Parts: sequence; C-alpha cells; structure tokens
Amino acid sequence: MAVTVKVVARPAGIRGHTYLVAVAEGMWVTFRHLMKNFPGNVLGLRKKTDIATLSYPEEKQAYPARNRGLHRLMKRENGDVRCVACMMCPTVCPAHCITIVPEEAPDNAVEKRPRIFEIDELRCVVCGLCVEACPCDAIRMDTKVHAPPTLRRADAILDMEALLARGEPSIATQGGTGPFWREKV
Amino acid sequence: MADSIFAFFARHLPYDSAGFAAFAALLKSAVFILGFVMLLAGILTWMERRQSAMMQDRLGPCRANLGRFKAWGLLHFVADAVKMIFKEDFIPPKASKLLFALAPMLALAPVLIATAVIPFGAPLCYGRMTEAVPLGVCALPVEMQAARLDAGLLFYFAIASLAVYGTVLAGWASHNKWALMGGMRAASQMMSYEVTMGMAVMAMFLVYGTLEPGAMVNAQGNRPWQWGIWGVPQAIAFVLFLTAAIAENKRTPFDIPEGESEIVGYFVEYSGMRFGMFYLGEFIEIITSSAIAVTVFFGGWRFPFAGTLAASWPNWLFVLLSVGVWSLKVFLFCAFQLLIRWTLPRLRPDQLLKLGWQRLLPLSIANVVLAAGWVLFSR
Repeated sequence: MAVTVKVVARPAGIRGHTYLVAVAEGMWVTFRHLMKNFPGNVLGLRKKTDIATLSYPEEKQAYPARNRGLHRLMKRENGDVRCVACMMCPTVCPAHCITIVPEEAPDNAVEKRPRIFEIDELRCVVCGLCVEACPCDAIRMDTKVHAPPTLRRADAILDMEALLARGEPSIATQGGTGPFWREKV
Repeated sequence: MADSIFAFFARHLPYDSAGFAAFAALLKSAVFILGFVMLLAGILTWMERRQSAMMQDRLGPCRANLGRFKAWGLLHFVADAVKMIFKEDFIPPKASKLLFALAPMLALAPVLIATAVIPFGAPLCYGRMTEAVPLGVCALPVEMQAARLDAGLLFYFAIASLAVYGTVLAGWASHNKWALMGGMRAASQMMSYEVTMGMAVMAMFLVYGTLEPGAMVNAQGNRPWQWGIWGVPQAIAFVLFLTAAIAENKRTPFDIPEGESEIVGYFVEYSGMRFGMFYLGEFIEIITSSAIAVTVFFGGWRFPFAGTLAASWPNWLFVLLSVGVWSLKVFLFCAFQLLIRWTLPRLRPDQLLKLGWQRLLPLSIANVVLAAGWVLFSR
C-alpha cells in the first residue's frame, strides 16, 4: 500500500469483526425513519413526519412577511392613486426601471399626480428602495407575487392600471395631518 | 357449475395422468409467475424508490396517477414499463449483435425458471375442493408448486447460477471497458458467493433430511416457534444464506458489478427494454431469494391456527388463504431486503472477495459440521 494511505485498524472482538451489531444498529436507524414517515406520508395515519420535501404546485412554502414581490400602487379613500409624482422612486431606483410623467391634479389639496406610471419588471432588481423612498406609502412590494413570464418584453412593463389592480386603500395618513414623528418617541 | 367443471376435469384429466400433471404445472407456473412474481417485481421497482425515500426523509415517486386513481404513486412501474418499451433500442456499433441481444435473455430466463421449485401454498385437494380437508389427510393433493423435483433446491442453485452468463456476456458484448469490468466483477462475485449460499443451505438439508422445498415446509410446524430458523446451526445458516443471497443478487452492499458511482456496470450500454430485463431480473432474484428464505427458514405458507382453519374452511378458500399468507411473508422479506440495501454502504471488491472466501465460506463449512452434530445429538 502507498505511504499516503492511512490504514484504519479493525475494531477488535467478534462484535467488530462480524459487523453484525453495527449493521443491526444502522438498520434500526433507517427502520425508525421508515416507521415514522411511511404511516404518516403514505397511509396518512399520522401528522408528523420527518419529510421536508413539499409537493410544489399543490403545497407552497409561505413567504416571510418582508418578502418583496411585484409592485403595486396604493389608493386613496376615493380610489384615486396615492402617488403625488414627487419623483423620489425613479430617482433612487438603481435600475432606472420606473417612469413617471406628472400632471396637474384636479384636486387642489393634492396638486400633482402621475399621468404615466410605468415599471419595467424586467429591469427591476427587486431592491425595494422605491418603497423606502416613497414619502406617502404609494408604492409597495408586499404582493408576494413573482414577475410573470411574458411572450414579449413590452408585456413586462406594468402601467398604472396594472399596478393599481392590486392596490388597496392605505391607512397611512397623508398630507401632514398626522402627529409629527419625533413627538411619538 | 363448479361441480360440472370438476366432473369434466375428473373425466378427461384423471389425477395420475400425464396430461393432468402437465396442465396443472402449466397453470401453476402461469398464475404464479405472471400473477405473483412479475407483478411483485414490478411493484418492488416502485417500492425500492418509495421505501428508500421514506427511509431518507424524502417523498419518492408519488405522481403517476391515472386520473383520480392515485394509489400513492404505485402506477410508476406501469409508467416505467411503457417508457422502457418505447425507448430507442440502441446497440453500440462495435458490439457483438448476437451476444448483445442474448445477454438480457440469459439474465432474465434463469431467475424465472428457478421459481419453479418454490412451494407457494398449501396443497389443493383434487376432487374435494369444496369440502373441508384437514392438513395431511388428502389422498390426491395438487401441490402448489410448479415442479416437485427430488433435486429441489439444487435445481434452484443450478439454474440461478446460470444468470452469471447473462451478466458476463453483457459485459463482453457491449464493447465497453466499464461494462467489461462490471461483467468480470459480477463473475468473480457470483462464483464466490454461490459456494457459501449452497453450503449455508446444505446445513438445512442435513437438518431436514431432504432437498425438496415442499417436504421442508411439511417438516415445519404451523406456529412461529416451530419454523425452521430456531436452532444454532439454522440461525447461522440463515444469516449466511441472507448475506450470500444479497451478494448473489448483486445488490448493495455487494453491488460492486454495478457500482453506479464508479463504473455503471455490465449493462452500461443497454437501453430500453433490454436494460429493463436486467432490472426486472434483479428484482425477481430478490423475490426468489426471499421465497427460498421463507420456505426454508420461515415455514413457507404455514401460519398459526392453519390446522384448525383447514379442518373447518372449504379447501379452496384455505389454499387461497395459505397463498396469501405466503405472499405476505415473501413481501415482508423483500421489504427487509430493501431495508438492508438502503442502509449499508458498498464494499470494495477486495473486501468482498475476502469476506466471501475467508470468512463466510469457512464459517458455512463449519456450520455444516455443526448441523451434522446437531442432527446427530438432538435425535
């Protein structure tokens, strides 16, 4: 044998030489797993098994609360878009995937609103900085929905209508009527 | 209806005619091989994957559903068969065409033939099938055994050892170095363990005083503590037989001819149903070795209260029950073999030969001497 080979001494005694006890011990381990998983998974007799595998399309793992999915735009109480077209999110976006064209809002208290709000989901790097930057809780990424596959690249660009489709009225106060944040502490 | 059928058979096929023997043997081997061996082998191909998954905390194949019929993925073996039949049948350009085609047949046929000597149920009483017939009083018994040979288990060993030709030919005909290595390994391994297997069962020949498996079952009692395994030489013979049988089947921990992580083995060039025949042959060998172990060591079809049931139930129902009990025993033993296969790691070729020739063979010869002494002094 070559010098680099480390020869491991055989365990002594009849126990070590026959391996029968070691074989029985090993089989007991595998048998224990079999007896836990077989009645539970195949026969459905017990709830708890050791099986970690999920049958994917039927069973899905719940995403954590902070998962970042597809964007959505939130709504005011009257159903209008919450966004005031302040251009914070396209400014902070590292992938330049947000396009906003502002316009005059008919409501004088709101002053400004987006005429075009588009997000190119193919360019988006899902960093979440737009959500951080938004001063009025207008854009969120909490949908837990993946960007769907599209046949054409243009289809991956979501317009305001598509973004508002998942939107809900936000409970955040808007327009400076709430308490000053420093006074809360 | 049933009486007229019996009357027809009694008139045209008397019990001691050659025609009756041939007809019964044909029927028994057809029902047994197609209805039990092939079916169980198919199920075992699925069970091997599913059971191993359960042992390793995985799910395993559970998706081959036929509409609403799910059956835990049991239909995977049907899907596998369909896949193998419709797969391209590739023969390597430099392979020997004849030997390449012959090898899978030579691997599968012997293991099917070897099942002929296995008794798979209590004898059916010819002409008294609807009456209750106590055990051992029937005048015209139809043994549930395709061939009742005096050579018995020697026939099994003789035929089963022919399977080595299939593996060696597959390795040789493939024109592939890995296949050839696998074939050579298979040859050395199967030759080595054949001897131990025969010697282990020879101890049982001495204990029973017969070679015939049907007679061995008759020599055992109905209750579990009256079965053949109880006794020092018998228990040693069982461990030796089990070890040698697994080595003979070329399964882990003795899957050196296959060795899927190093050489793919003697069937590396095979595809489609030709590969399927090797695969099926392997699983049929599990069933056959399990059936032999059940017959010799675990009482064959015998089960507690068989005597009472035989004296009270109609004969055909009792025979059916005994076949069911035998099938259950064989099935459990197959599951036990799968448990071994998915627990132990593979041996090295030198360890395998050392274990075979230096440990198991001397031990099995000593066990024959021990069994002879046991028989001599226990009578």
